[in-house]
Amino acid sequence: MLLTIAATRFPDGSPATDLGYLLHKNPARVQTFEQSFGRVHVFYPHACEHRCQIAVLLDVDPVALVRRGGAVRSQRGLDQYVNDRPYVASSFLSVALNGLFATAMNGRCKERPQLVSCPTALSARLAVVSCRGGEEMVRSLFEPLGYEVAITAHPLDEAFPEWGESRVYSVQIGQTTTLQSLLQHLYILIPVLDNDKHYWVGQDEVEKLLVRGKDWLKEHPHREFITTRYLKYQSRLTRDALARLTEDEDDLDPDAAEAEHAAEEEAIERPLSLNQQRLGSVVSVLKSAGAASVLDLGCGEGNLLRLLLHDKQFARIVGVDVSLSSLQRAAQKLRFERMADHLRKRINLLHGSLIYRDDRLAGFDAAAVVEVIEHLDPPRLQAFERAVFEFARPRLVVMTTPNREYNVRWETLPAGAFRHRDHRFEWTRVEFREWAGRVASQHGYRVHFLPVGPEDTEVGSPTQMGVFERDAHCASLAGSEAVR
Amino acid sequence: MNIDLPELSLVVLVGVSGSGKSSFARRHFKPTEVLSSDYCRGLVSDDENDQAATGDAFDVLSYIAGKRLKNGLLTVIDATNLRPEDRRKYVDLARQFHCLPVAIVLDLPERLCHERNRTRPDRNFGPHVIRNQRLALRRHLRGLRREGFRHTWLLESQEQVEASLVSRTPLWNNRKREHGPFDIIGDIHGCFDELVELLGLLGYKVQSDALRAEGDWLVTSPVDEHGASPTLIFLGDLVDRGPNSPAVLRLVMRLVAEGKAHCVPGNHDIKLLRQLGGKNVQLTHGLAETVAQLDGETPEFIEEVRVFIDSLVSHYVFDDGRLVVAHAGLKEDMQGRGSGRVREFCLYGETTGETDEFGLPVRYNWAAEYRGRAMVVYGHTPVPQADWLNNTICIDTGCVFGGSLTALRYPTRELVSVAAHRRYAAPARPLQPEAGVTDLTAQQQHDTALNLADVAGKRIIETRLHRSITLREENATAALEVMSRFAADPRWLIYLPPTMSPSETSEREGYLEHPAEAFEHYRTRGVGRVVIEEKHMGSRAVVIVCQDAEAARQRFGVNGPRDGTEDLGICYTRTGRRFFDDADLERALLQRVQRAVSQAGLWDELATSWLCLDCELMPWSAKAQALLRDQYAAVGSAARHALSEVVAVLDAASAVYGDGASQLRQTFEQRRRMADRFTAAYRHYCWPVAGIDDLKLAPFHILASEKAVFASRDHQWHMETLARLCAADERLLLATPFRVVDVNDEAETADAIEWWSQLTGRGGEGMVVKPFEFIARGTKGLLQPAIKCRGPEYLRIIYGPEYTAPENLSRLRKRGLNRKRSLALAEFALGIESLERFVRREPLRRVHECVFAVLAMESEPSDPRL
Repeated sequence: MLLTIAATRFPDGSPATDLGYLLHKNPARVQTFEQSFGRVHVFYPHACEHRCQIAVLLDVDPVALVRRGGAVRSQRGLDQYVNDRPYVASSFLSVALNGLFATAMNGRCKERPQLVSCPTALSARLAVVSCRGGEEMVRSLFEPLGYEVAITAHPLDEAFPEWGESRVYSVQIGQTTTLQSLLQHLYILIPVLDNDKHYWVGQDEVEKLLVRGKDWLKEHPHREFITTRYLKYQSRLTRDALARLTEDEDDLDPDAAEAEHAAEEEAIERPLSLNQQRLGSVVSVLKSAGAASVLDLGCGEGNLLRLLLHDKQFARIVGVDVSLSSLQRAAQKLRFERMADHLRKRINLLHGSLIYRDDRLAGFDAAAVVEVIEHLDPPRLQAFERAVFEFARPRLVVMTTPNREYNVRWETLPAGAFRHRDHRFEWTRVEFREWAGRVASQHGYRVHFLPVGPEDTEVGSPTQMGVFERDAHCASLAGSEAVR
Repeated sequence: MNIDLPELSLVVLVGVSGSGKSSFARRHFKPTEVLSSDYCRGLVSDDENDQAATGDAFDVLSYIAGKRLKNGLLTVIDATNLRPEDRRKYVDLARQFHCLPVAIVLDLPERLCHERNRTRPDRNFGPHVIRNQRLALRRHLRGLRREGFRHTWLLESQEQVEASLVSRTPLWNNRKREHGPFDIIGDIHGCFDELVELLGLLGYKVQSDALRAEGDWLVTSPVDEHGASPTLIFLGDLVDRGPNSPAVLRLVMRLVAEGKAHCVPGNHDIKLLRQLGGKNVQLTHGLAETVAQLDGETPEFIEEVRVFIDSLVSHYVFDDGRLVVAHAGLKEDMQGRGSGRVREFCLYGETTGETDEFGLPVRYNWAAEYRGRAMVVYGHTPVPQADWLNNTICIDTGCVFGGSLTALRYPTRELVSVAAHRRYAAPARPLQPEAGVTDLTAQQQHDTALNLADVAGKRIIETRLHRSITLREENATAALEVMSRFAADPRWLIYLPPTMSPSETSEREGYLEHPAEAFEHYRTRGVGRVVIEEKHMGSRAVVIVCQDAEAARQRFGVNGPRDGTEDLGICYTRTGRRFFDDADLERALLQRVQRAVSQAGLWDELATSWLCLDCELMPWSAKAQALLRDQYAAVGSAARHALSEVVAVLDAASAVYGDGASQLRQTFEQRRRMADRFTAAYRHYCWPVAGIDDLKLAPFHILASEKAVFASRDHQWHMETLARLCAADERLLLATPFRVVDVNDEAETADAIEWWSQLTGRGGEGMVVKPFEFIARGTKGLLQPAIKCRGPEYLRIIYGPEYTAPENLSRLRKRGLNRKRSLALAEFALGIESLERFVRREPLRRVHECVFAVLAMESEPSDPRL
């Protein structure tokens, strides 16, 4: 909320107070400017010929911020109302810089034109910057531009030292440069540090980036990072309902976290492209069983569905997931809207849950349950078993789950950890076989097991697969009993 | 002619064009009861006479007729319906919905019909048309019965038509006006001695009747204090296999004749009927014994038996549709209907077409699918123990196989049994459950899988306290995701707490909320006394605690160590998640609460083995760690450090500019102080948690126990009873300070306001104001069950550090509470409803429906600051 810029006497001997000419702001009085978000006060705490310091103080109106809407980071619950926006250097400051110092940033000055391109010792201080990337990120952005960077870290709360440091820093940068460059750097890099924008980012934002960064950005070693962050394109899938429900729970945004965790899991397993092998094995089992109608239970974003669509044998494909946003992404990725009628007729997506019995899932040849059960709380497995084996009751169930024993072979996975943070358990081969065997015999199925991925003599394959086939004479046990 | 229609029938009018069908229909039926093919033709083609539209018109007509019949409404088909193939589809439709198809034929003189048609501009066809139609009609008239029409009437003249009257008669099975009480008795199979013993246990006096022959018994029904007697209901299978079928028949026949009992037929009775009627039936399954026993009886008696069984109605519907009895049970869509298939179901049930390992046909378990409103009591399949499933119960406990003879008393649901004196026959398949099968009840086993159809989509839920509550489909969708991914086992989730509205916005300087408005709220709604309770700032927690693991298993159906739920109970959040990730910590907490309940003597006092408590669990930081650090502490840190630099810079500037800057300095200095107070506000609610000793649990409602939902007790009782509980473990349990306040007494309210000021001055969140009674109603219905009144410092963490600045406060006062309040009422009603359903031992889906609904309502957008 506060930026100060200080100069000393210019190399040509001009007094430090000429900073006022360059910035086009008179040091004689405190000036206040109205902005869309509130007010900006500009004044000079210090002004003599040896040292001149200008302060830009943002006075963000917190109530208007809420009323106007669309202003704040993630827009979830109380976050909308209690947030750091009024206090940290953010895109508000960039907007203010652009509004107040446009002439200087454009490199013009009627009164002292000779000073515009004259590098001089300048420093700037930001109180405060919020940067999740930490001190390292602050340095990595400013140091390549030649700045000396001094950072003061602040604790989250002195009363609770165990909570650690905050992501809030006071940042001071300094070097001999032109005022125009300094302002341009700040203008671009402040929102990059803060990683948020209070307004919608559109095409004109690209223009701004190119204009203000034309002299330096292409040389910056982190130009890609800066560009990505500055042009913050976010397809904000508004999942308001879910968001409100999880408010004040520990994991703040389950969907964002989910995407992150899935990526982590993939990274751990990447050396094998295990996911491809897994899906391939599932399709192969389904194919050789001659299944025509197939359920993909826990279809996620539709990777298996896509493979199934490629094969005409699968005349009726239904993907089921509990996450509505996953289904929406699946529909997008599979291009439902542009899909040819004959393809579209073969596939359908259903919002459903595997721990509720769902009569829409009855009557299929086969069900694939790929990397799903480990996401269920063990106490809910019983409901899952009944939903799938008693009520949906397909002729064939193909199920995969991680083989925990294999985890020791993943170099990047810490010992004892699960591959995915949402995994509620991971089973050894014996555990999976015991469970599968019991479920099969209880519901009139026979089960056999196949490895997926390279089989290690000691710990088995990374993924284990159970193939359940319904006993022929046992078409339905569902809720049945015999009459006299 | 009097045309006496069964109340639920599909009436097919038959007659040539111009025979007066439509006028007849208008005269005798409501306009909505009559479906005309002409009209439907018009609907789909804009031309009532467009014969090309007949196919589409029939689709429309039969769709509407189907919906009406499904809903149990008499329906009249107004079309010529001259040929059997025209009528066949209506017979099929009636059968599909188990209604009786009947035909009323208007066969009037040709000339009359022709005359009528001539006066109508849209029917200018020649006389040959009518002649041909009439020929077609008469050709098949005599076959109407064979086509499936149960009743037919023929009207042959205009006089007859005009003189005709139409009346409606309830079906024989309709006994809705009989309200009981009833004593319903399961399959007797000739076990006369056990029957007499059971009747004795039920309070009936059975004595030999001096006026009659030996073996003819007089039964005297018990009489209650109002002079009323229960009616007996026999569920059929009176005969076969057992030692004395004739005596059973004689007793039951006399009871029915005297109006003291109803009886429905069982499959064995019907087989006996066929045998007595001279049909060649195999003397198997115990029929041989009956025939032998009847051998000694007089032909008159045997004829009486034949007539008696022949007169029996397949099933009965009693008590305004709340009770249905049938020998083998009855699906909802067949109840109160009459058709061959209904009778078949009542006698035999349905089979899946498969056979089990004993070679017996596998019975279709209709009760598992049953969702009807009526309780269904039935027999037919011997079970080791009578057991409720979805409001149905089979009370054939296999007396003749050495089990017991069971009666169900309605409406108390009390089961009364007598053991068989011996085993009279061997069952084809063992009566005892297979070893290793869990000892959960049928309902509990059934409830381990809930049906998505019972929660998904738009739903309307009836609650006792409030109006019926409508849930939007989108909200149910959101709730399904949360319920599936995060919630605890639904068997534990018998309640979710409602949201709570703040008091009306205060106009007092510096305040957004103040107790005066809360008191005013209740005072103006006719509530005299309120209870004020300190509002703890932690996280809402619902605690279910059981006397022991056995009680948990029995009452909540959690089945043992295999699924990891061998627990003493559970502690879950307001969204149904387990409160603790750490199972050991949860167990430790539950053990402490359980011990405290024991020590306070509440198990006995409340006659229960489990309790459901509504609590606040402190500290806030125990659950909301991420929220605190990522949001509150982060904002506080940013604000304090930024503002202290700002003030320092403004200090320097004041020296330069004097007044011009010192004004600004003052403003920002104030903000700095507000930032400090913001941090101070949340700090009150945080402390490190290393284990159970760092937790505080403050229970404020005893929601429910085995016998009752304590919504009937006032808040003073809740507070005082809980204070005794808390005294039993003061390290963990925190008794909530409270007061009873007369809102019409100025001194008392002033005191209460002072109490609040001190409380919030010490950093407390605020208080909750509740009507003295748990459930309070005003002239416009249910009142808010509670209103919160939060302290000014606490509100800083809700409305932002600087909310108290006058220019902010004046804008923040514009807040609307209506939405929040209607949510609070609906969720409160749902919460109590779910508990009441649980305590009434309704199927889990009925409890889950309410819990799910609360979660769904919470996904509705609303201002989170309220």
